This record gives sequence, structure tokens and C-alpha cells, in this order.
Amino acid sequence: MSGMLGAGVAIAGPAFAAADGVSVAHYLVVGAILFTAGIVCMAVKRNALGVLMGIELVLNGANVNFIAFASPYLRGQGAVSLGIDGQVIALFVILLAAAEAAVALAITLNFYNNHSTVDVDRADDLKG
Amino acid sequence: MTGCLMLAAVNFHTLLFYLFAILACGFAVGVVVADNVVRMALYLVLSLGATAGLFFLAGAEFIGAMQLMIYVGGTLVLLVFGVMLTAQAPFVTIKTSPGDRVLAGIVAASLLALLLQAAFSVEAWRRPGLGEVAQPAATPIGVALVGIRVDEPPAGAPPGVRSGYLLPFEIVSVHLLVVLVGAAYLARAKRRRTQRAIEVAASVQSLVEPVVEVPRQARGSASALATGGTR
Repeated sequence: MSGMLGAGVAIAGPAFAAADGVSVAHYLVVGAILFTAGIVCMAVKRNALGVLMGIELVLNGANVNFIAFASPYLRGQGAVSLGIDGQVIALFVILLAAAEAAVALAITLNFYNNHSTVDVDRADDLKG
Repeated sequence: MTGCLMLAAVNFHTLLFYLFAILACGFAVGVVVADNVVRMALYLVLSLGATAGLFFLAGAEFIGAMQLMIYVGGTLVLLVFGVMLTAQAPFVTIKTSPGDRVLAGIVAASLLALLLQAAFSVEAWRRPGLGEVAQPAATPIGVALVGIRVDEPPAGAPPGVRSGYLLPFEIVSVHLLVVLVGAAYLARAKRRRTQRAIEVAASVQSLVEPVVEVPRQARGSASALATGGTR
């Protein structure tokens, strides 16, 4: 399979290969879209749980980038791969995201108990 | 026969990549666009699941499995529980004002333009992957977490001593313990100060006025109710 791919590259040149094979940049585009969606979600949603989901999306977009840079499969000619390090960092990010979701959910439930709403615009008790 | 040939000509890695990428990005945009919080949770599950597929395609099978188990299986169940606990009728759909949407669209477009420009800025990242098959990563990751590196250094990496991950592992484990205790403390069921408890406390207070030992759970409201501002 890789031999066939190599033959294709040799025949058609780099332009064909860039159009066909998946590169790190493809993954970076996916990560960028996930990150942007998460940022907009955090900024726009008025439901506290929607804000939480935005945070999850942002962390996930960062993880996509880590995995892309860590992958030996996607490493292009002359590029350096992160190797195992990138995967370990991605694992830590997943764990910390889980911890953050637990605490944020507890805070949201507390807010709901005290204010009887999950609308973050109503959390203005500290307004001077 | 021609079907077989056509099937052989398809690069399944590329095909699956585009499938999972479109699913992940599409459902991520769906999370932003949807107003119903239950739909948002569903779209988030699908987006994170498709991202796990991308991890598998990149050769990070252990991280992909962890993504499915921890994110999709744990965090999202937690979020859905939060949705169910707070899903009173007026809060299921909280609309964003149109002005905010326009502003967010402008910010998103400029941020996306910046990130895409950065993604394509380095020439080495745009070259297609060489397709070097990765070694199974579970054992090197597990051993690296206790401080020993058994994996080969990646091609092109600078030589030198590579550190293990024992200290971050310990920090994360203590962090998870603290988070467990803190989340349980924050989300615990409060003892309710019911009207009945306040009445009982008030009657006790009026019977023995000067030195009184009010039941602990009703002390605050009872003192406020029975003695007013005299104390």
C-alpha cells in the first residue's frame, strides 16, 4: 500500500501528493475549527452548561493538534514528530478536562440552587 | 471486478479522515448554532466521538480509546446529568440576542482566519505524511508515566536525555483527588431550613430566653427570627 503511494508520488510529483495524502496541516485545520467553535460557544451561550461545552470543545481542539504533531504516521518529509510526549500531554489534557468538568458542574448546580436559573447573565451579584 | 479495482484505488485513510473531520467540525458548529441545551449535548457527544476517530487515524490508538472512555463515557454523562438536573422549561432554550450572534460571527471569522493562516504557514506541516506505521503506544505511555522511557526517540529529534512523566503523573493524581473531594463538597445536598425547624427553634428560644442551646441546623434563622435585631 505504501509502495503504491510512493509510486504515485514519484509519478505525479509533490503537487499530487499534497492533494492526496493527509498532512499535519489537515489536522491543524480541524483543530482550528473546533477551537473557534468552542470560543464562540463560551462567548455566546447564556446557559452555563453551554459555556462548559464550549470549554470542552476548546480543549479537544488543542488535543487534536497535539495528536497531529505526535503522530509518526502524519510526519512529513523533514518534519520533526513529538513522539510519545505529545500523546502523554494529550492524556493529561483529557484528565484535567474531566476534573474541570466535575468542578464546573458542581458550581453550576450550586448556582442553580441559589438563583433558580442557569442563565449566566443573571450571575451579577458582584456588580458594583 | 471494476468495483474491486475502484475500491483498491481509494485511499481509505484519506477517505476516513475527511469523513471524521467533517463530522467533528460539523457537529462542533452544531453545538454553537443549536439553542436547545439537550441538542447541544448530543452534538457534543458526536463531535467528540468523531475526534476519537481522528485520533485512531493518526495512530494514537490509546489516546483515542481514552477519549472515548473518559470524554464520551464520563464527562459527557456528567454534562447530560447537569442538563437533566437544571432542565426546567424556561432554561432548556435560552436564546442569544442577534447582536451577540453577529459580533461572535465576526470574532470567529477573524480568529479562524488567523488560525488557518498559522496552520498553513510552515512548509513542513503541509507535506503529506510518510505513512510510517506507529508502534503500539500503550506500553511506552504507561512506562513513561512512571518515569522510564522505553520508546525510540522520533526521527529528527535532537539527541539528549528525555525526562519521564512521574512528577506530572503524581501532580495529576493528587489534583484528581482534590477535585473529587471538592466537587462532592460543592454539590452535596444542603440541609434545608424548613419553616417547621424555624418555628421549633423560635419556641425553644422564647421558652428559655437568656442562655439557649438552639439545635445547630436552625441556629442562624432562629436567632434572626426570634431575637430580631437585639443581638
